[in-house]
Amino acid sequence: MNMAIRVYLLLFLALSYSYTAFSLYEDQVGLMDWHQQYIGKVKHAVFHTQKAARKRVVVSTEENVVSSLDLRHGEIFWRHVLAPSDVIDQIDIALGKYVITLSSGGSILRAWNLPDGQMVWESTLPGPKASKPLLLVPVNFKIDRESVMFVHGNGFIHAISSINGEVIWKTELASEGINIQQLIYTDGSDTISAVGFVGTHRFGAYILHVKNGELLNYKSMEFPSGFSGDLSLVTDDTAVAIDSIGTSLVTIQFHDGLFSFHQTRLSDLIQDFQRAAVISQSNIPGAFILGTANSITLIKVLSRGELKVVEELGHATAVSDALFLPGGQQAFALVQHRDGKILLTVKLDSDDGLSNLLEETIHLDNQRGKVQKVFINTYVRVDRSNGFRVLIVMEDDSLFLLQQGEIVWSREDGLASIVDVKPAELPVEKDGVSVAKVENNLFEWLKGHLLKLKGTLMIATPDDVAAIQKMRLQSSGKSKMTQDRNGFRKLLIVLTRAGKLFALHTGDGRIVWSRLLMTLRKSETCQSPRGISLHQWQDPHHHALNQNPSVLIVGRCGDSLGSTGVLSIVDSYTGEERNRMEHVHSIAHIIPLSFTDSAEQRLHLLLDANRRAHLYPRTAEALDIFQRELGNIYWYSAETDEGILRGRSVQKNCVLEEADNFCFDSRDLWSIVFPSESEKIAATATRSLNEVVHTQAKVTAEQEVMYKYVSKNMLFLATVTPKAVGPIGSVTVDESSLIAYLIDTVTGRILHRVTHHGSVGPVHAVFSENWVVYHYFNLRAHRYEMSVIEIYDQARAENKDVLKLVLGTHNLTSPITAYSRPEVSTKSQSYFFAHSLKAMAVTLTAKGITSKQVLLGTIGDQVLALDKRFLDPRRTVNPTQAEKEEGIIPLTDSLPIIPQSYVTHALKVEGLRGIVTVPAKLESTTLVFTYGADLFFTQLAPSKTYDSLTEDFSYALLLITIGALVIAIFVTWVWSEKKELQEKWR
Amino acid sequence: MATTTIAKILSWFFLLNIVLQLATTSFAFQSDELLVDDDEFGLEGGRLPDPPPETRPVTSARRRSAESGSDLDSKIQFQLEHAFGDSDFSPAGTFTARLKTWPNGGQTLTKLRFSRNALSQTDKENFKRLIEGDDFYQIRLPSNLLNQPGREHVISSVKARCLSQRDALDEHFVINMDGVNVLGVNYGAPGSCQYPRVSRPPTKWSFNSHTLLKYSNEVLRTPVFTEAVLGENGEGEELKPPERSFWAKYWMYLIPLGLIVMNAMTQAMNMPEEQGAGQPGSQGPQAISGRGQAPAVRRRN
Repeated sequence: MNMAIRVYLLLFLALSYSYTAFSLYEDQVGLMDWHQQYIGKVKHAVFHTQKAARKRVVVSTEENVVSSLDLRHGEIFWRHVLAPSDVIDQIDIALGKYVITLSSGGSILRAWNLPDGQMVWESTLPGPKASKPLLLVPVNFKIDRESVMFVHGNGFIHAISSINGEVIWKTELASEGINIQQLIYTDGSDTISAVGFVGTHRFGAYILHVKNGELLNYKSMEFPSGFSGDLSLVTDDTAVAIDSIGTSLVTIQFHDGLFSFHQTRLSDLIQDFQRAAVISQSNIPGAFILGTANSITLIKVLSRGELKVVEELGHATAVSDALFLPGGQQAFALVQHRDGKILLTVKLDSDDGLSNLLEETIHLDNQRGKVQKVFINTYVRVDRSNGFRVLIVMEDDSLFLLQQGEIVWSREDGLASIVDVKPAELPVEKDGVSVAKVENNLFEWLKGHLLKLKGTLMIATPDDVAAIQKMRLQSSGKSKMTQDRNGFRKLLIVLTRAGKLFALHTGDGRIVWSRLLMTLRKSETCQSPRGISLHQWQDPHHHALNQNPSVLIVGRCGDSLGSTGVLSIVDSYTGEERNRMEHVHSIAHIIPLSFTDSAEQRLHLLLDANRRAHLYPRTAEALDIFQRELGNIYWYSAETDEGILRGRSVQKNCVLEEADNFCFDSRDLWSIVFPSESEKIAATATRSLNEVVHTQAKVTAEQEVMYKYVSKNMLFLATVTPKAVGPIGSVTVDESSLIAYLIDTVTGRILHRVTHHGSVGPVHAVFSENWVVYHYFNLRAHRYEMSVIEIYDQARAENKDVLKLVLGTHNLTSPITAYSRPEVSTKSQSYFFAHSLKAMAVTLTAKGITSKQVLLGTIGDQVLALDKRFLDPRRTVNPTQAEKEEGIIPLTDSLPIIPQSYVTHALKVEGLRGIVTVPAKLESTTLVFTYGADLFFTQLAPSKTYDSLTEDFSYALLLITIGALVIAIFVTWVWSEKKELQEKWR
Repeated sequence: MATTTIAKILSWFFLLNIVLQLATTSFAFQSDELLVDDDEFGLEGGRLPDPPPETRPVTSARRRSAESGSDLDSKIQFQLEHAFGDSDFSPAGTFTARLKTWPNGGQTLTKLRFSRNALSQTDKENFKRLIEGDDFYQIRLPSNLLNQPGREHVISSVKARCLSQRDALDEHFVINMDGVNVLGVNYGAPGSCQYPRVSRPPTKWSFNSHTLLKYSNEVLRTPVFTEAVLGENGEGEELKPPERSFWAKYWMYLIPLGLIVMNAMTQAMNMPEEQGAGQPGSQGPQAISGRGQAPAVRRRN
C-alpha cells in the first residue's frame, strides 16, 4: 500500500514538473524557427586562391553587402551589410590580406581583414564635388617601403597607405572641370595618369608623380565629334569611346603627352549595324567588347589605333575580365545560352590569335534567366595545366560556381531582395495519403517518445540527447506538403526585385517552387520592369475547392507612376503562370475588394495615374457584382508631395476612345489640405484587411464597459514639419512638431488630431483594432518615443444598462453608417523607447482573442516583441487593486526592453526591411516572417500556448504514468486481498 | 475706514491684475479651446452683428482691443460653395469670424457666424434630383483664410438624403483648423444618417446650420515622479504575481495528501479495535508518515 502511495506521489510530482516549459530554451532554437543568410546580387567579385589554405571569393553586392564566400561550398565566411546610403563602388584585395572597399561615391575607403572580416582601418576622403569613384591597387608599388593604393573620388586623387589607411598625398584634379574616367599606372613607372573628358568634346590627361602627387603635366585636346558614354581603357596608353552621335568608335592614344584620335565608323566594323552600341565594361587588355542590339563583338586595337573585329560572339552573352596566365597569355570566359543550356567558353588570347581553351555545357534549370555577369579564376590542375572556374550571376540574382562542367555550388541570392510576401495555404491532406506512410511506424514513434522521456527524466546519455535534438529538428511533420490542424504549415509566396517568385515552406524554409516571371523580365518593350506587390487572387475555401489558390503579381515597366503596368496570375501550389497581361494601363494603386466571384476570385480595383479605376478580373460576373456595390466603394490617396489627402469614389464608366466596360471614372468626395509650410505627410497606417476583432467591448476593472471604435475605414496619418524631414539636427526643437491624425476615409472626418511639439520623424506606425502605436524622435527629450492612441465609441457607451439589454432598447444592433457623426473619445499616452526602428508590425491571430504584441524591427536588425499591455494609455502611476487585477502595469517613463523578448533570440536579420505576421489556425499562435538580406521565420504565442500542449509534450510519459497507475491498482488490490485473507485466518 | 476702502480698491486692483495676467499668460493653453457657437447664430437669417457688405472675403476693420491691449482682432470672411453631384461649385453662403492674434504669433478664429444664401429654384430642383439618385451634395471651403482660396479647396460631401431627414434641411459643419489654415471640414447631418434609407425631399427649403470650429489638442505627458519605485529594470515588481495563499499554491499536493490521509484513516478505522481505540489522535501522524505506519502494521501482523 505505502509503496503504491510512494509511486503515485513520485509520478505525480514528475508529471506536474513536466508541464512548465514555456519560454525558449537553448535546445529549442531551430525547432519552430529558421534563419537563412543571403548576400544579394553580386556586383564585383575578387578571387583569393593563391597560397591560401581556404580558397575564397570576396564579393560586393547590390544589397550593399561585402562578403567572403567559401569557394568550395559557397558558404559565407563573413559578411558585412553597409548602410543603404553607403553604396559600395569598388572592391579589391591589397597586400594579400586586406579586402579594400570604396563606397559612398568614393568618400569612404575601408580595409577588412580577409580571414575573419574584422575592419582594419577606415579613411574618409572628403571632396568638393562628386566624381566617378575609382580604386587602383597596384600589385608591387611602394613609397618608403609602404604599399600604396590610389583612389579617385570627389575631385581628388589620393595615395593611401594599405597598412593603415593614411593619406600619403592628395591632389585636386577637379580644377579644369575634367571628369576623370580612368586611372592608369604602369608597374615600375614614376608617374600615374588620370584621363577623362572635359565637357563632351575634350579629352584630357593629368600626369602626376607617384611619390608625392606633384602635378607634372596636364594636357587636353579637342575632338570635334565629341564623346558619349564612358571611356574604356584598352592598354596603358590607348582608350576607346563612342562619339557623341553614336555612329563611330574613337580610339584615343596618349603617348608621352601626345594625343592622337582615330575614328572608325561602326558600320564599317559590324555588318548590319543600326544603333545603340555600348562598350562593355569587361577589361581585356588590347581588346574590348562592343555590344549592340543583336550581338556582341570582340574588337582588337592595333598599333596605330586601327580596329579589327576578332570574333562575333553572338547574342545574349556575358564576358568576363581577362585573366593573366603564366607565360604572357591571357584568357577570358564567355557564357552563351544554347537550347536551354549554358555554354561556357574560355578563350585564350595569345599573340597568334584567339583560341578556345575550354568549352563546357552546363545544364541549369530554366527559371534562371540569362547570365548577367561572369568572373573567371584559374587554378593549377593535377597535371600542372591551367584549370578554370567561373562564378556566374544569373538574371534572377542567383550565384553559381562552375568548374569542370559542373555546378559546384549555387546560392539563391535573389531572396535577399524581397519586395512583397503573401502567405498561401497548403493543400488539404487527401484521403488517399495514409498517415502511416508519412509518420514513422508505431515502434519508431514509441522509441522516439521513450527517448524524450529519458530526456525529461534526465537519465539520457549525451548520445541520446543528440538523437533527441536531431529528431526534434527533423520532425517529419513540420515539412510536409499538406495543411496541418494548427495551421503552422503554410507557403510563403515571395516576390524578389529580380522579378522571381519563390514559394517557401514555413516548416523548414526550403524553396518549394520558383518562377522567373516573364512579365517582369527585361524586354524590348519593357526596359526596366519592377515588381510592386503581390495580392491574393483566388483563395478557394467554400466552393471551387477543386481549384488551386493563386496570387496576382503587379508590376510596372519603369520607375514613374505613369509607366505601363504588367499583371501575372500564378498558381500558389505549382508556380505555373495561369494568365498574364502586359502593357495594361499604368498602375498607381491596387485595392483588393471584399467581393469574390463564383470561382472565389477576388475582385481587384486597379487605379491608374489618371485616377481611373480598372476592375479585375475582367469577366461579366465580376462586373455584375461590382455594379451592385458601386455606391459603397470608397478609397483615399495620400499625395505626399502636394500634402493633400483625397477621398474618392467610383462614378461611371470611362469615356475613352474605345469603350471599356471595366474602366471607371472616379471623383473627389473630400479632401484634407495640410498647410504646406508647417506639415508634410510622414507616415500612414491602416488596419490589416484580414484582421479579426474578437470583441468590441472592453470591460474595465470597475465593471464599466468601454466600446472600441472598430472601423475598417480608419487611417492614421502623421505629418511633420517639412524642414524636419532632413536628418536629425536640421531643425530646432521649437520649430518642429509632429501631428498625428485619425481620419475616417469614407467621409474625410478628422476624428482626432494631436500635436507633439518638438518631435520629428521618421515615423513608424501600426494600426490594429481600435488603437494605433507610433514611434518617432522627441527632440526635447533627446530620445525616441512611442505613443499610443486608443479610440472608443461613445455612442454605444450607454448600453451598460442590463435592463436596457433585456428590454431590447439598446442600440447595439442598429446599423452603422459612415455618414453619421461618430461620437468618439480617445485615450493616449507616450513612452520613451531606447531603440530606433526599421520596421514595425503587430501580431495577428485567427480569432483575435489572444492579446497582441507589437513587433519592432530594431536598428540592430533584431525583432523585439513588446506586449501591448506596456502601451496601454490607461496605465497610471499607482494603479488600484482592481486595475492591477485587470493587468494594468504601473506607469513608467519608458518602455522596458526585456532581453528574453527578442523574437530573433541570438540571430540577426541583416538589413531588416519588413516584418509580416500571419495568423495560424491555432488561436494562440501567430507566424512571423522577417525579411531583409536575411530571412527569419518563427512562431509566436503572445499569451503562451494556452490552447495546446507543447510540441515536445511527452505522450510516452503520460502513457507510462497511466500504465503504472493501473499496475499499482492491481498490485494494491492483490495486497489488500491477501491481507484480508490473513485477517480472516487469524 | 479710509484704509479699508483703499485696501478694498487695492485688492480689486490686484484681482483685476491677476485676471489680466491670467488672460495674457494662458493663451498657450487656450489654443485647444473648442469654440461652439450657439445654434441660433448659425440659423438661416439669424441675427448677424456685422452684416457682410461684400461677398469677396477681405480682412477689415483692424482695431486694437482696449481690454488686453496686446492682441489684434480682425474680421474675416470666407465663402461656402456647394455643388450638386457633378455640377460646378457655386456660392452657397458666407462665414464670418473674428481672427484673434495671440501675442505668441498664433492666430485663431473666434465667433464664427454663418449665413446661408437662399436656395434658388434650380438649386432646389438639383437637390431633389440628388435625393432621387441618392447622390452626393458637395461643399467646399478655402484652405487658407488669409490668402484665399489657398492652395486648394477643402472638399466634403454627404449623401443628400442625410440632410433631409426632417422637414427642413439640417446641416452640421465641423471645421478643423490649424491657425488660419482650414485642414478639413466634416460636413453632414447633425445626428445620424437614417437607415433604412429614406429619400424624400424636404418640405421647407431652408437650412438649419450648426457650425463648430475645432483646433487640435496637444499631447500632455503624464509625468512620472515615482522613478525610484520602479527600480532599475523598468518593469519593476508589477510583473511579479501577487503572493498567493498557501492553499492556492499547493492545492495540487494537498488534495492527494488529504486523500492519502483519509485513505489511511479509514484503513486504520478498519483495524482491530484494540489497537486504535485508546488514541485516535496518534493515528494521523502515523498515517501521514507512511514509513511510521508500516512497521506498526507489521508489528500487528
